[in-house]
Parts: sequence; C-alpha cells; structure tokens
Amino acid sequence: MKLLTLNFLTCAVKACKSSSASFPLHPKDCELVSDTIAPNPQLVYNVLPRIDWNALVTTASELGFPTLPATAPTKEELENDEKMMKELHTLLLETSVSEGILVCGNCGHEYRVKEGIANFLLPNHLV
Amino acid sequence: MSRPEDTLPPDLHYNDTEARKYTTSSRIQNIQASMTNRALELLDLTSPALILDVGCGSGLSGEILSSIDPSEGGPHVWVGMDISASMLDVALQRDVEGDLMLADIGQGVPFRAGSFDAAISISAIQWLCNAESSEVSSTGRLSRFFNGLYASLKRGGRAVCQFYPKNEQQRTMISGAAIKAGFGAGILEDDPGTKNSKLYLVLTVGGSADEGTGGDITGVVKGMEGVDVLDARKKHREKGRKEVKKGSKAWILSKKEQMERKGKVVKNSSKYTGRKRHITF
Repeated sequence: MKLLTLNFLTCAVKACKSSSASFPLHPKDCELVSDTIAPNPQLVYNVLPRIDWNALVTTASELGFPTLPATAPTKEELENDEKMMKELHTLLLETSVSEGILVCGNCGHEYRVKEGIANFLLPNHLV
Repeated sequence: MSRPEDTLPPDLHYNDTEARKYTTSSRIQNIQASMTNRALELLDLTSPALILDVGCGSGLSGEILSSIDPSEGGPHVWVGMDISASMLDVALQRDVEGDLMLADIGQGVPFRAGSFDAAISISAIQWLCNAESSEVSSTGRLSRFFNGLYASLKRGGRAVCQFYPKNEQQRTMISGAAIKAGFGAGILEDDPGTKNSKLYLVLTVGGSADEGTGGDITGVVKGMEGVDVLDARKKHREKGRKEVKKGSKAWILSKKEQMERKGKVVKNSSKYTGRKRHITF
C-alpha cells in the first residue's frame, strides 16, 4: 500500500464517518518496502492539491521518516527543485507498507495489511 | 447460460481455481481488455490520473491502466478494491502495479472526499444486487456503494461501470441507486440486441459548464462515432406536454382518481361520466 493511497484512506466504520479523528489511519508495527517506479511528474502535480499535507507529515513521522516541511510545496517549487520532486516521488509512490496494522484514531479499529493488501472487510454491525 | 451471481457470493465463487481459470482464459482476457479500453475512452482522461478500480479482481483492467503510453495521457496510478482474496492473490503473483485492498464495495468506499479523478468497474456491480444474509439488503448495499463512490470522486470526475444486469429490473435498480446518490447517470449499450451486448453505466459528479449539454452522458458521448442518443427524459417531457383538455372525459376521470387517492368520497364512474349533453332546444 503506497503512502499516496494511505493519504486518502479513512476508517470504513459507519460511526467514524463524521469524526475528524478517523483520518489519517495510524500505521503500527509496519514493514516498509521500496519499489522502483518510473517518475511521473504530471501525476504528482495532479494529485498535489488533493494531498492532505498535515496527514502526510503525521504518517511520515510515525513511520520514522525525517521530518517533512510544515507546508506543502507548490507546483512551481517542484518544477524548479528537482531534488524535492524526486524525494516526493520516492515518498508517495515508491514507498509502500507491506506488512503491519492501520489503526483508526477514533474507534481504534485495526486494519491488517498483509503482503501490501489491506483488509477492509467489516463485520455487519459496524457497516 | 448460468450466471455465477445466482449460485454463490463473490468471495466464495472466486476461489483459487475459479480465480486462476478467470485470469488465464484468453477469451476472458480479450473481453476484459476491450471493455477496459472502451471505459477509458468514455472517461476521456488527458493526463495521468488517480483511478479507483472497483472489483479489480486479478488486475486485468488495472494492468491496462498502468500501461498507457505517456502520449495518450498515461500511465495512470490505480487503487483496486475486491472482495475475493483468491483473486487478489492471483493479482499479487502477476505483480500488478496498483495498490490492492480486500474490501466489500457493498460496505462503502473508505476514502476521504474528493480522492479520485475517476473510477472504473468492469463486470462487478451486478454482484451488489444479491444480498447474502438477512441482515443486509441489496438496495442498502447499492446505496452505500454509490454514496461512497460519489463522495470519493472529485468534482467533475467520472465513473464508468460495465455491468451485466440479470434483467430489466436489476438494470433500473442499479441506475436508480446511482441517480439517488447524486450522480448524473446514463447507460451506454454496445452491440444492443446481440449476445455480446455490453452495458456501461456512465456516472458524472457535477457538470462542467463548458460542455454545454450538462454533465451527463449525452455530454460524454458527444462527438463519438456510432452512438445513438435515446433520451428517455425528452420522451417523458413530451408526454407531459400533451396535457389533457380541461373539462374533457379524461380530465374528469383523472381528477376523480386524484380525489380518490386523497381518501375523499367519489361517485362511481359510469358511461355517463363526462358525457356531453345534447342541446335541449
């Protein structure tokens, strides 16, 4: 599960829909893997406005990455700064969670990630 | 031909053997590829996008999404949801590029609002019409899915769902649920009347003003070759315009019916109801 996807995932439990604590999910005991994916700057520009930067900062610090800048870079900054672009690409698209648990900050429901596949199946009473 | 939807729920039907059979059959591969390409054509994406693949299975359609040439606006990044663990297992072995999730689309779409540029679904949503236990209903599952999908798409985004309805009733149930969730919906039918007929439910979130025709399917297929537009709304509007003349027999009968529905006491209708009287002189 890429960090990009993790930045969009929320808790699936019905009672959590209205709570702001249900996003982002907090990774716990995670194993990370790094793949090589061809750089795709157009995609990064496309999703950049939709990324919740605060959530990304939280996730990155919980996974033990060096601290990210407090505010999101703009498209122009990325166009001029090749190094930052590369780092963002590595963080969002090439880093993925392969094993571990994602915990909802509101209800505490744990979603298990196995071989990169998160299990979001819920028992009927939580839907 | 028997429908797998009638026999077992999807997570049990697509077990290890079925999932392998489905993915290795070259016939199914070809059909899936052509349907995915048709869906992509309808989505009309011009730059690399983040796409949700609903019922991604073994990633047959996702593979096409990530292999699109940069000159044609690719490659797209996709996230796949499927309920069958065996299917996802095959996807893992095939080493697909997208992210995979084991999730039931009838339980909703667990993404925050405005996450995706587009969504694609190949031969999946008809499974929502079956409810496996008495705790859930098919209408509930459909509405949870479409509400979740509507929220997770960005404004101006599109979703194309190819599906195999069992009958006319399922078809209207699915498109009705999509409209209820707020989508602008329309159905595109390829090769109608033949055995290879394919239905595509084209959904739009919010209309872009520059399209002129509004944000529904008529705007999507505008300029496409070999597409006939049958607008059921227009027919309905014309029917409405042909109003009955005030004072005529039909008008009186409809009024009586209206009053009866309200619970008023209404005289029985007979052959004399609303009949013209002769001029007495």
